[in-house]
Formats: sequence, C-alpha cells, structure tokens
Amino acid sequence: MSDETKKSPPEEESGQPRTSSELEQPARGGQSIDEVKGVHAPDLLPEPKNAVEKFVAPVAGFGVTMATLFKPVVTEQYPREKAPVEPRFHGRHQLNRHPDGLEKCIGCELCAWACPADAIFVEGANNTPEAQYSPGERYGAVYQINYLRCIFCGLCIEACPTRALTMTNEFELADQTREKLIFTKDDLLAPLREGMLAAPHPMAEGTTDGSYYRGEVTGPARNSVEWVRENRPDEPSLDSAAAAAERSGATK
Amino acid sequence: MTATATPKSGTPAAAEGVNVTIDGVEVSVPKGTLIIRAAEQIGIQIPRFCDHPLLKPAGACRQCLVMVATPDREGNVREMPKPQASCTMEVSPGMVVSTQRTSAVADKAQHGVIEFLLINHPLDCPVCDKGGECPLQNQAMSNGNAGSRFTDVKRTYAKPIKISTEILLDRDRCILCQRCTRFQEEIAGDPFIDLQGRGGGAPGGAEHGMLPQQIGRFDEGVLGFSGLGEGVRDVAETDNMVGPDGDAGLLSGISYTVGSAEMDATGRPFSSYFSGNTIQICPVGALTSATYRFRARPFDLVSVESIAEHDACGAAIRIDHRRDVVLRRLAGEDPAVNEEWITDKDRFAFPWQSLPDTVKTPLVRDEETGELVPTSWSEALALAAQGLAQAAADGGVGVLPGGRLTLEDAYAWSKFARVVLGTNDVDFRARAASDEEAEFLGHKVAGSSMDVTYADLESAPHVLLVGLEPEDEAGTIFLRLRKSVLAKKTSVTTLAPFATRGSTKVRAAVVTTAPGTEASTLAAIAAGGGELAELAEALRADGAVILVGERLAQVPGGLTAALELAGATGARLAWVPRRAGDRGAVEVGLLPGLLPGGRPVSDAEARVDVATAWGLDGDRSLPAEVGRDLATILRDAGSGDLAGLLLGGIDVEDLPGAGEAERAVREAGFVVQLEVRTSALTRYADVVLPVAPPSHKAGTFLTWESRPRPFGQVFATSSRSDAQVLDMLAAAMGGALGTHSLESVHRELSELAAWDGARQPAPSVPAEARAAAEGEYTLATWRLMLDAARGQDGEPYLAGTAHRPVVRVSAATAAGLDAADGDRLTVVGPLGSVTLPVLVTPMPDDVVWLPLHSPGSSLYRMLGVGSGGSVRLEPAARATTGEVLR
Repeated sequence: MSDETKKSPPEEESGQPRTSSELEQPARGGQSIDEVKGVHAPDLLPEPKNAVEKFVAPVAGFGVTMATLFKPVVTEQYPREKAPVEPRFHGRHQLNRHPDGLEKCIGCELCAWACPADAIFVEGANNTPEAQYSPGERYGAVYQINYLRCIFCGLCIEACPTRALTMTNEFELADQTREKLIFTKDDLLAPLREGMLAAPHPMAEGTTDGSYYRGEVTGPARNSVEWVRENRPDEPSLDSAAAAAERSGATK
Repeated sequence: MTATATPKSGTPAAAEGVNVTIDGVEVSVPKGTLIIRAAEQIGIQIPRFCDHPLLKPAGACRQCLVMVATPDREGNVREMPKPQASCTMEVSPGMVVSTQRTSAVADKAQHGVIEFLLINHPLDCPVCDKGGECPLQNQAMSNGNAGSRFTDVKRTYAKPIKISTEILLDRDRCILCQRCTRFQEEIAGDPFIDLQGRGGGAPGGAEHGMLPQQIGRFDEGVLGFSGLGEGVRDVAETDNMVGPDGDAGLLSGISYTVGSAEMDATGRPFSSYFSGNTIQICPVGALTSATYRFRARPFDLVSVESIAEHDACGAAIRIDHRRDVVLRRLAGEDPAVNEEWITDKDRFAFPWQSLPDTVKTPLVRDEETGELVPTSWSEALALAAQGLAQAAADGGVGVLPGGRLTLEDAYAWSKFARVVLGTNDVDFRARAASDEEAEFLGHKVAGSSMDVTYADLESAPHVLLVGLEPEDEAGTIFLRLRKSVLAKKTSVTTLAPFATRGSTKVRAAVVTTAPGTEASTLAAIAAGGGELAELAEALRADGAVILVGERLAQVPGGLTAALELAGATGARLAWVPRRAGDRGAVEVGLLPGLLPGGRPVSDAEARVDVATAWGLDGDRSLPAEVGRDLATILRDAGSGDLAGLLLGGIDVEDLPGAGEAERAVREAGFVVQLEVRTSALTRYADVVLPVAPPSHKAGTFLTWESRPRPFGQVFATSSRSDAQVLDMLAAAMGGALGTHSLESVHRELSELAAWDGARQPAPSVPAEARAAAEGEYTLATWRLMLDAARGQDGEPYLAGTAHRPVVRVSAATAAGLDAADGDRLTVVGPLGSVTLPVLVTPMPDDVVWLPLHSPGSSLYRMLGVGSGGSVRLEPAARATTGEVLR
C-alpha cells in the first residue's frame, strides 16, 4: 500500500502547494489554472474503504513500528560495544616496523607532500652507526599528524614508498585539547610485536636497505641483538628478540 | 659612463646574425651560438644535464640529442645521419634543426639516453635531497620512458663519501655530467674532485682491475686500488651518517698527503671556498651538503631572494626557510654581480642569526645585583635615554656602530650621533684604521658613484691589487677576475708578501712586498723605472683598475701613494672593504670627519646643507669640529674623557689591542649596546637593546662598487632594525629621528644625495721606511675567508672546510730555525705567542705570515700586533701526527 503511494506520480498528489515555477507556466490548452485543478484534484487521503479498515485506522500508523519489533535491531551500542568496521576503513595512522623492529619510515615526506589538508609534518635525519632507526641512510626524526586537519582520505598511505604509513581501523579520535590531537611519532609508531627488537639497532649483517624492502629480513639478526645487548642491556624487547634471532638462526 | 660596451657573457660581440630553422621556426642568432641556446631563444626546451650557460660545452651526458640538417655545397639541406648533441654544436647558416618536438628520431634518442642514465641510478628519490627539484627526475618524467628494460643488478659504490665536512658525494646517483669538476676547474680553480676511471665498471673488477668511471678525489681507499683486497677500506669512517648498508660513510682524502697549508681544518686536502656551488649545479643528488642533508624537501621551503651579508661583494642569494628556520641558502642569479656563484661563507654561514645567544628582549643592569636582567622596551629605552643624555652633557658619547649595518641603519646611526648626541665622535671602522684612511674615504670613496664595477674588472686590461687578497676577502671579485684572466682579457698584478693560492689562480704577477713597504712600492711604480716600468705601462692602458683593500690603511702613506699612482697612470681606483656595511657607512658619514653624501664636517656649507635637510633650526646646528676615531673614542672612554659609549655590532677581536679595547669598554661610564647576539662587550653594557639580524629586516647593502643591493625581510618578526631602535631611543630622549621606516630613510637619503661642493682633501702622508731589528720579523697577516669570526658560528661543517692555520716563513728562515714543513713554530709578540705548523713559502726572509683571526691564531689578543708589526720566532715542540679528524 505504502509502496503504491510512494510510486504514485506527483501530479496525482496535487493537494500539495505548487511551486512558483509551476504556477508561472502557461496553462495547458488555454484552460485556466482553476479549471485544470478542478479536473484532476484527487482527495488528500484515501477514504477508508470498509469496516475493518475503519476500525484499525486510528492505530494504522503504528504498523511500521510493530513490524520493526520483529526485525533484527540495528542500534549501535557504541561506547559499550564497538561495531566492527570494514577492513579497509580509514582510521588512525600507524608507522610500521620491519620484522626486526627497525622503523619503515625513511622521513621522505612524500606523505606530507600528498596530504591535501597539510596535516602531516615530517623531518628526516641521518642514521648514524650509533643510532640506526631505519634501514639505509635516512629516517624520520620528527613525525606528526594533526588529526584536527586530517580528512582520512588515505592519499598519504598511497604515497608512502616503504609502506611505513598505513591506516588502522581505529576511529576514536576525540580529545579535550588541540595539542593532544597532534599525534607524534611515539603515538603513531606500531607497537613492537613478539620477537621485534626496538630501534635503534644496526641492520642485519650483510643486508642493504633493498633487502629490507624485498622482505628478505624476517626477524632480528644476531648482530643487531648483540649490539643492543652491549649498548642498551636493559632494553625490554631484548629477550624476545634474542629468542627470535636464535630460532631463525637454528632454522637456517 | 664608460664608452666601451660590455658584451654579454657567452655571446660574441659580433652582431652578424646566423639564420637557422628550429622546429620550423626561423631564428637569427649571433655567430657562435650553440643550438641549445638558439632553441631557448624561441622557447624550445631541449632536455640537458651537463650543459650550463656559464661553463664550457662538454657534451658529456648526451641528453640534448637533436636531428641537424645543413646545406651542402650545392645548397641541398642534408640531414646528418645520426642525432647530434645540441649543447656542443654551433649554429651555421641555413641549418635546420629538429628537436624532440618534431623529430621522432630525436625523441627516441632522448628517451634512450634517459633509460641509459637510469640504468645505474639508484632511484632512491624518496631519500635524496634533490628529490623534488631534480633535473633528472623532471626530465625522466618529461622525456623518458615510464619503465626500464634493465633487469640486472645495479652497480653500487660505498657511500656517502665526505669529500669535505660540508660536501657529500654519492657516486651511485652520479650521471657523470662533470658539471662539478668543470665548475671547480673553470670557475673556482680548485680541482679537488675529478673524473676517474673509464667505462661502466663491468663485473669482475677484482680480476680485470678496471676502475669504473666516477667522480672523486684521488683517494686509493675510496677508489679501491690500494692493494688491500676487496672489502678492506683504508679510509676512515664518519661517525654521523651511514650508507644504505648501514655501514658508516667514508671520509675521503685521509691517506693523501699534501702540504699542511693545503689542508683544511680536519686534515683533508683543502677543497675550495666555492665548493658549495657544485651542490647547486649538480643535476642529480650526487653532491649534497652535510648541513642540509635530509632536513627538508623543496616543497616545504619558502624561498626569499636576498643579499649575502658576509662581505662587501653583495652577492645575490636565495634563502630557503621552513617554519621560521632558515634551512639553506643558494646562489641567486645576478649577471652584473655574482653571476650564479657564491662563496661557501655566503652559502653556509647563516646559523649565526638564530643562535641561542641572540638577544631577544632589552636588558638593563640590575641596580642591586649588577646583573643584566630582561626588561620591557619602555623601561630600557627610558634608562638608555636618561643615561645617554646625562653622558652627552657630562663629557660626550662615543658612537661605534660597527661595519655590518645596512645603508638605512647606518644612516640612522649617523643622524643619531649628530642630531641627538650632538657629536662627531663616530667611527664605523671596527678594525685597524688610520686618519689617512678617513681622509682617503672622504676624498675618494664617499659620495662617488659606481666608478668601477664588476663589468669593468672583467674588461680591464690590467688590475693591480694592493692590500687585498680577493679569494679570502672578496670572493666574488676573485671569481670575476679569474673569469676574465682565463678569457685572456685581463692580467693581474698583486702587491703581496708571497704568491697566495688565490693569486696563483688569477695568474697574478706578484710584486713581493713586505707589509709596510706597499707605499714605497706604489711610489716606485708611479716613478716607473726598472722592473716596474712594465707594470706602470700596463696601468696606463685604457680601463686599467687599481683595487686597494682596507688593509692598506695600516700602511702609512699607502693610500696616498695609491691615489698618486692612480693619478699618474690614469688607472681607476676602487676601495674594497671586507664587510657588507662598510661602503654604506662611508656613504652616510659614519666617520669623525664626514657627513652623509661625502660632505666634509669641516665645510660650513656642507654642515648647513645637512642641517637643513635634517630640519635643524637656527640655534641647533651640527657639531663643527672633527670628532674622534675609534681608537681615540675607546681610549677616552676608558680614561673618562668620554662619559658614555653607544656600541653597535662590534666584535672586540676585530680591534687592534683587543684586550685594551675590552678594558676601555669596561671602564667606560655609561654603555648602551645595540646587538643581535650577546658579545664579549655585552657584559659591560648598562643597557642592551636587541636589534634584528639581516633576515629579520629589510634594507640595502652597498657593494664595494657602491651598487645598492636592496633585500627584503625573510621572517615576519617583531624584532626591530637599528634604525627603528634608534628612532625610539631618540623619541625617548625628546627628539625625532624620523628613521622608523625605510621609506622615510630613503626620502632623506635622496634629499642628501647630491653634493657638488668640496670634498675632503686628499691625504698626504709620507711613506715610512721600515727596518726590522735584528732577530725580528715583520708580521704579514690578513683574515682568511673562513676563520674564527662570529658570523660563522653555529656551522661546524663549514668550519671544517676552512684552511688550517699555519705560519708561513721563507726557506732561509725555516732553515735558520731548523724547522721543516709541518713542524711547529712559535711566533712571539708583545702580549704573548701563537704556535702553529710551519709552511715554508717563497717569501722575503724578514717576513712571517699568520692568519689574523683563525682558531688558535687571534693575533690582536694573543700577540698584540697586527699587520706590519714586529714579532720574534721560536721553534716549538715537534708536531704531533694524527690529528683528530671528523
């Protein structure tokens, strides 16, 4: 029933006021507007046809409500229950790591270049033998994303040449102050997974940055672990990384 | 002004045209024009890498291939069978050129060349400093294929190589266009890098031992033929950067032994004062600077055109900044001044403007503690005004503005001294100076228009340098002279104690002159007898130029003799100061005997002229007596004859008798300082008013030629220029200076510009005969371009490229002291001694040379004498080898 009324062409519902443009149109066939109206005017509401219809008419409007009672609930219980988003949802960014814990970001600023909202600020710096943060010569020393500006368009992650920058599914980005919504490198860096060794540490022996990009480095190398053990003996990720290095060494 | 038209560089003067057709467009160009230039004239861009308009054609990269057809003897236009390099081929009559726009063959050839160039290029654009402004990147997009057919392993080298502390070389990225080596050879004259090897470096290098073609220093370790086997490097590694394999970068040139004077501060062979230009002209990212490395991307940067503040040459520069931080400076383009080259000091020495010791708020001395404390502008101005008014009434205020001011700021200083403080005790010369020099400046320099320009130097048949070492003291003049000398248009003679590296490079004839004897040598040239007759004749040629440096002021009679020589030979005379503000300061009368526009203080008419322009009414007139010079001001301030001092940007190390000068300021009554950074004198000041460094204000520098070089403000800041601060100070003292804006200053300057009255008379000081006592040596000294100056603070990479300070003595002197190259010698002066490595140099036996103000050799403080002084020599302990390197 309701479908039919929806589909009915508008001229049949001429109870509605006409637009000025319609009024200004010359009447068809030389008839006056009133004449046209008189010929085609339908009733505003269809009259109840029989007794049953007349009986339920006062509560007919609840039909949709009643029907919906038996359909699945679509209400999101949002703060209590987080609804899953689509896998490729554009959420908060993340700066990824190579399997051995070195940062993928090389501080090239291509994300900042691609950003249409100018939300990203990056400064590169030299890797040094004492502090190797990423494979190769350069790493991102300063990395900031301003979520007051970010429009989550994802151009930044498409621009990233090392897949360092990706977007997570996290969408809860609200806070009390503007400062807190400028995420720095500490906020954005991916957490160390099991077996990763926190940067800085030397690259795996005998590799170049190309080996990392080709996925040839699958976990922390022994020389990296040794270096960290010597220079940062209290590093929390050291034990799990050492174990991972042993395992991979054994399988080789 | 000069009758001779100066031909534009690169194009022959001959006006005869050659008609050629390029892509169907007919164009007439001068004979000898290269095809690539002719195409530019009609707006056709041919891709290129090695071609540079200021360098000789090389045809190294082959990117500019075009199809060329020329008429044969019968007049039939025949196309050459293969594409030709348009950057090396000159146009010929009737030539028909088809570029990539109309010729499929040329287009395909260019695509092919790009593909070849990219075979071994690492394509590491994301980490490359050139990315975003890279001709290879751009032209690979515009004239290259999207993909490469090359599937093998690219050739790689160990990298990065620190050629000097400032210049980094990445051989993987290099496309062997040789712009850098050609610049160093043709323009700067310091071929510190060169093309080595041949071929592409085929696999199996260990067997065939063929060195792949590459740019580099001749360094066995880096080049890999040191006999230590593959993988072993005998070069030191740097500690502050790594290559793609995570191994430390390489230092180049360690095992290379050269004379100690040819070493830079880190012990490498000295590279060049102009090495930064190679970074700028590199069409790929093979040469990068350590300072700018990975700091920013071209699209981050905001560029502002400006003028370099480090010397009186007025080189055009471009300042690139990001978020209120200057990240780099590049050479600007000004064919009339610096062409496209600047010195490394102009390029890299900018951090001094934003160091932590910058004065940010006014400081006043706390009455109870005696410490300088920050305060408000109103309080500081009130205290300064009160103190200065009191001091002016008590005994007068000496005004020492320093030589680094813009023209507008210098004018404000000059007017403030005369109008507000009512004194002529003002002297900008924060260096060794003389009364003779003041007279010379008033007579010859002040109010003169551009008598001698860079173009005149280039067209001069002969240039005589007196008391001037252009490579150290005026880099742009050096490059212009060298260009002209190499073009065989100019010859150069220099009066110097020995043939410096710079004078060798301009092929200068050296008239060996011990410091102090320049005056008599100049007189001998004017007399024109003997060996110097030829030189006198050369100076008589039309267009000959005599350039006198500010050091000649230290020679009694030197400037007098220079004027006389110019008069006797008809050569034009130009004065070349060291600092950017010196020429402007002369123009606005920052001298005890000079008013703006070259008006002498002693001339009543000139005083009335200036007083009228400054709106002084009847009872207020300008002080009539000639004031005190810098040395006298300091002496009288120390003794209490002067009750106060108003100081500008003065480094006490620049003053002869640095220790005494500092003592005088300490003893002085009331001291107000207008400074950018806290200096050694700040601790004696009663009020310190912060003023803007050049990047925070707009203004004008006058070059040594008197060419105005206006520059704009880089940063919008609240810092105020000297002119604005002095305007506020004058207001606080109840006067009006009217220098709050550049417009008002320019209006007043134009009112004061024309002075056709009498100039100061020419100086007339007789030359002094000097005779060193037995066992004493005459000290020759000047400042090296890169030294311990405060303007180079905060830039360790640049400091590493400075010449290593040495003592130069003659072979006989060295033998007498049993010293050889590299041994250490102690030079003893009245106050103390300086110990440096010896460099045996062909020079007079009674002369010893030291740098004036280099690390470990600050002569005014350490020895107590300057150029022309007497010192003794003592052998010191043997040199320790293996200096600490970075």
